[in-house]
Amino acid sequence: MSAVILPHSEGQTAKSLRRLTIAAKALSRPVKFMEVCGTHTMSAFRCGLHSLMPRNVTLLSGPGCPVCVTSQGDIDQLIELATDRDVTLCTYGDMLRVIGSEGSLEQCRAEGADVRVVYSSLDAVKLAAENPQREVVFAAVGFETTTPASAAAVIEASRLGLENFSILASHKLIIPAMRALLESGDVQVDGFLCPGHVAVIIGAAVFEPIVEKYHSPCVIAGFEGPQIAAALARLTELVVEGRAELENLYSQAVTEEGNLAAQAIIQEVFTPADWQWRGLGKLKSSGLALRFAYAKYDARTRFNLGSPTARENPGCRCGDVITGRATPIDCKLFATACTPVRALGPCMVSSEGTCQAWFKYHHVRTPKKVEAGS
Amino acid sequence: MISANNLTESGITPATGQRISLAHGGGGQLTDDLLASCVLPRLANRALNELLDSALLPGVERLALTIDSYVVQPLKFPGGDIGRLAVCGTVNDLAVCGARPLGIALSLIMTEGLERRMLEDILDSIAAAASEANVCIVTGDTKVVGRGQGDGIYITTAGVGAAGTHKLHPDAVRAGDMLIVSGTIADHGMAVMLAREMPQVQSVLKSDVAPLNHMIEQLLRQVPGVVFLRDPTRGGLAGVAADLAARTGLHLTLLEKNIPVRPETWHAADMLGIDPLDVANEGKIVVVVRPDSVEQALDALCADKHGTDARVIGIFGKQNDGICELRTCMGGSRILQKPYGEQLPRIC
Repeated sequence: MSAVILPHSEGQTAKSLRRLTIAAKALSRPVKFMEVCGTHTMSAFRCGLHSLMPRNVTLLSGPGCPVCVTSQGDIDQLIELATDRDVTLCTYGDMLRVIGSEGSLEQCRAEGADVRVVYSSLDAVKLAAENPQREVVFAAVGFETTTPASAAAVIEASRLGLENFSILASHKLIIPAMRALLESGDVQVDGFLCPGHVAVIIGAAVFEPIVEKYHSPCVIAGFEGPQIAAALARLTELVVEGRAELENLYSQAVTEEGNLAAQAIIQEVFTPADWQWRGLGKLKSSGLALRFAYAKYDARTRFNLGSPTARENPGCRCGDVITGRATPIDCKLFATACTPVRALGPCMVSSEGTCQAWFKYHHVRTPKKVEAGS
Repeated sequence: MISANNLTESGITPATGQRISLAHGGGGQLTDDLLASCVLPRLANRALNELLDSALLPGVERLALTIDSYVVQPLKFPGGDIGRLAVCGTVNDLAVCGARPLGIALSLIMTEGLERRMLEDILDSIAAAASEANVCIVTGDTKVVGRGQGDGIYITTAGVGAAGTHKLHPDAVRAGDMLIVSGTIADHGMAVMLAREMPQVQSVLKSDVAPLNHMIEQLLRQVPGVVFLRDPTRGGLAGVAADLAARTGLHLTLLEKNIPVRPETWHAADMLGIDPLDVANEGKIVVVVRPDSVEQALDALCADKHGTDARVIGIFGKQNDGICELRTCMGGSRILQKPYGEQLPRIC
């Protein structure tokens, strides 16, 4: 049996790259596009896409990694729950190494705190049902892709009548983040590579206002290298043609209206709230809080934690990296004090974080210096 | 305190009971009973049967010695179990150094309450793997720790081997040498990870855990141009390749499209956000070979059932930068680094 597989079709790759090169030649100025999805970040670096792109086209990594945008205050609260409040804290693996103002959940675990890695929010509910004497808290992070699972966990806990389960919600919404970037003035982005996973849930149509109000082309794409290359080619063509439009290149998975059942379950459990983002500050209606009917499952209320603080690490430029104002090599800590082994900032912590992706995968050619923020 | 005698009189012989008890590790009659009824029938050979404090083995001039501990969970996984892993891991560590395994020392640390059936299955598996590798378990030890102090069973194996005449050393690697992998990568790590983290997921993934000493013996016998061998266990192919580049100081270029990955492994890794290059293998070797011996090496590997998917995946270049570069399927390039530790799945 032949075990070799080629994840992408070579013909399609070559075609997309050729289109990108042709379109880039017609550009009158260098352009910067932004992806807002950690999976796009990782995939682009993994397949060496940056080493294949024309010099005048740059792909920036925006606020797409759920771990990157989780504020230090949120992480401090998780650590407080795991240590001072002696709960069983369930988390997705990526959150383990994120440094709060004092240490990480991984360090807490080594010191004896009961921190468990789960793959599904329902595993946390199951744990609570099996251990009625323990308080179980689920660290609910992520964009619209992981939110339905958190909502389902709350509904399941309610159905089972659990008295020992709650979530610490840090869920965020992608559209307000994109708006905030475009309105901040000093971030110049010529178009967005829109996240396929999120769009599966929220639908393609919600990106329309970004196109209409900010005249920023948006292309929704899947996660294979050739799909990203095709989206970049299309974005470049739209810039050359001077057209701001929304295009869906991932129509096999993304519909206009999205997944209505998933939207309904989010709506049932959560309500939009102003939220603190790492690097972006507090953004209006950019996060999700539990609705009043489910308030008993809110760990912040249950353990009287209050609002998370807005404190950030002063030396770390993750905020600028997320917003495209700087690339990782512009940060003094990058690859010196801050490495994947001892990650200071969240962009180095997550396997999808921009800094870790640069650290691991940056192409052999000397990195081209991106004029940050121009 | 309950003695062995009154337990036996009461008709409940702990060694034949359903679970391992603390007393089985006490070094008394119950330990003897466990060895006699459970261990020796499965692993018997001339050296072990002597039950001396040390096994006495026929002498050779240069010895290779290795030791490894195994703490894998779950204890049984698709394609193998902790017993097979413990034998193969040590046999392969000897074999990649060009040594012929002479004997294995086996230490079992069991947790009180371990099901006897599980122990028997693991011992059967140890016996089968040792027989496959044509090596004997020549000495051993068993201990039992209290409930909660361990997790089922931990196994340590030490192996001693007769060093061969074939010199295998990274310092001998030079520009132009080629890198071969003996088959599909990441099968072991992904099978174990799926079995542990997502037991509800049905999958055809199987660990590749296997003793490779026969394949390696043939390879070294037939191909004088083999320069160096490694088994890409923890840290995966990326770990070995990055290490080799750094150790030799040469530029190592790997071609992603030549690296064999089973579709099911690739999909499982993709689902969990893990790079197959970083994932452990237990039945594969990486071979550095002189360019004029490549065909010969591929022929030797492919002749063995564990090497049928062998491929040339890389070449050492002239630049002295110590970097491992991956030429991707898309035609791009990136630096390949050693992974950082525990593989953490992504969340979106």
